[in-house]
Amino acid sequence: MKPAPFRYIAATSLAHALALKSEYGDEAKFLAGGQSLMPTMNFRLARPTVLIDINGIDELSAIHLSDTGPTRIGAVTRYRALERDAGIARIFPLIREALPEIAHPQIRNRGTIGGNLSHADPASEMPAVSVALQARLRLQSATQERWVAASDFFLGSLTTDLQFDEMLTEIELPPPNPRSGSCFMEIARRRGDFAIVGVAAMVTLDDNTQCTDVRLVFCGVGEMPVDSGEAASLLIGQIVTDDAICAVAASAQQMIDPGGSVHATADYQRHIAGVMAERALTTANRRARDGQ
Amino acid sequence: MDSDIHDITLTVNGTTYNGRVESRLLLSDFLRHDLKLAGTHVGCEHGVCGACTVLLDGEPVRSCLMLAVQANTHAISTIEGLTSPGGDYHPLQQAMHDHHGLQCGYCTPGILMTMTAFLDENASPSEEEVREALSGNLCRCTGYQNIVDAVMTAAARMRS
Ligand SMILES: Cc1cc2nc3c(=O)[nH]c(=O)nc-3n(C[C@H](O)[C@H](O)[C@H](O)COP(=O)(O)OP(=O)(O)OC[C@H]3O[C@@H](n4cnc5c(N)ncnc54)[C@H](O)[C@@H]3O)c2cc1C
Repeated sequence: MKPAPFRYIAATSLAHALALKSEYGDEAKFLAGGQSLMPTMNFRLARPTVLIDINGIDELSAIHLSDTGPTRIGAVTRYRALERDAGIARIFPLIREALPEIAHPQIRNRGTIGGNLSHADPASEMPAVSVALQARLRLQSATQERWVAASDFFLGSLTTDLQFDEMLTEIELPPPNPRSGSCFMEIARRRGDFAIVGVAAMVTLDDNTQCTDVRLVFCGVGEMPVDSGEAASLLIGQIVTDDAICAVAASAQQMIDPGGSVHATADYQRHIAGVMAERALTTANRRARDGQ
Repeated sequence: MDSDIHDITLTVNGTTYNGRVESRLLLSDFLRHDLKLAGTHVGCEHGVCGACTVLLDGEPVRSCLMLAVQANTHAISTIEGLTSPGGDYHPLQQAMHDHHGLQCGYCTPGILMTMTAFLDENASPSEEEVREALSGNLCRCTGYQNIVDAVMTAAARMRS
């Protein structure tokens, strides 16, 4: 058998799962989609002694949509459920555009948004998207709960602010600004692979098509999502021009520090990060302007 | 650690099975070793190659990334259930044969499970959509073109 022995417990409710986690602590792992955890257990890179299966907790897979207030997505919502949700596509086109870039259909049938964010792979798409959308994450333990901004949740490669007794239970997204446009794009070796570089961009315009808000977040170029909002803020208060976008891309390129890998050198990553920032901002601006 | 044993009941290709499994037994190994349904192949065993793809309640998933105990109360479909009870090939099996969509055949069960479910959802796919749906199944023999042709042919035959 591939994984080392462990005790399997199917949690029957959120309270049950949280009680088990506070009892077993770091020895135990939650099992969500299993699409990151099971491969590491099959290789015995992870050897939890207790697996707490949270797939049977229905309350964790609900999507509560709102056009005007916060949208709430349960942590055990599968990628495929998000992909099929017409409301998500309408209100958060950035999520819709990023989803097909995550792995393959079979993986998306099982993988969950909460498992993805908790796993915190530096090349993963959704962490960057959650930072760009200014998501807030609900972390619950048996005794308390707290909310953490996505930008504070990711602490390093495969490392988050989750404590030993906590579960990520919900992702809350503020409603997007009116007249905003977004774009997600990435470069990977093959369709479905982790990103060599990915970028999430959002541009908000006022009635005079001047930019009032802009977000630019990369994945794959650091230990965690890299927020280049500071570089992009150059666009605020202006009518967005090609020259201004080029200047933002150039300064974002200088601010990132990609590590390089067997798939791409750091220089290549830096180069395409600039090219993609330019393209993504141009597309997001056009979509905001044309109301798409 | 003492082994952690669970009793499970599930259906595979419409037949109900009862099993007694250790928690760490993968669904792929349960199908192959316990139920002797060895048509589901295992390749990489970390989710990348797609050879072990089965349907869980109608949706393609990796059986190497699921525990057998997690399949309790669920419906699994495997390659053994694809032909009709009379033994006729599924239109995609026939088209794979016609187009020489396989050579060694190792990846074929996973491809058939993936692509038959895809055709159920999308009766008139573009070639681009077929390639996207196929992206999670590795084939080292064919170069994919014949598989894509087979899926396009099967889709056309199933529509008419
Ligand atoms: C072939 C393949 C290709 C892939 N390609 C990509 C890709 O391109 N991009 C990408 O982003 N991902 C990719 N993945 C990973 C996939 O997205 C995973 O689904 C995801 O990373 C983890 O989600 P999960 O629900 O499967 O979590 P699990 O694997 O079940 O869990 C992952 C970790 O998070 C913990 N956990 C799970 N849920 C919670 C929770 N609610 N609260 C606290 N802790 C929790 C678990 O204990 C575990 O440590 C790929 C996977 C495979 C097998």
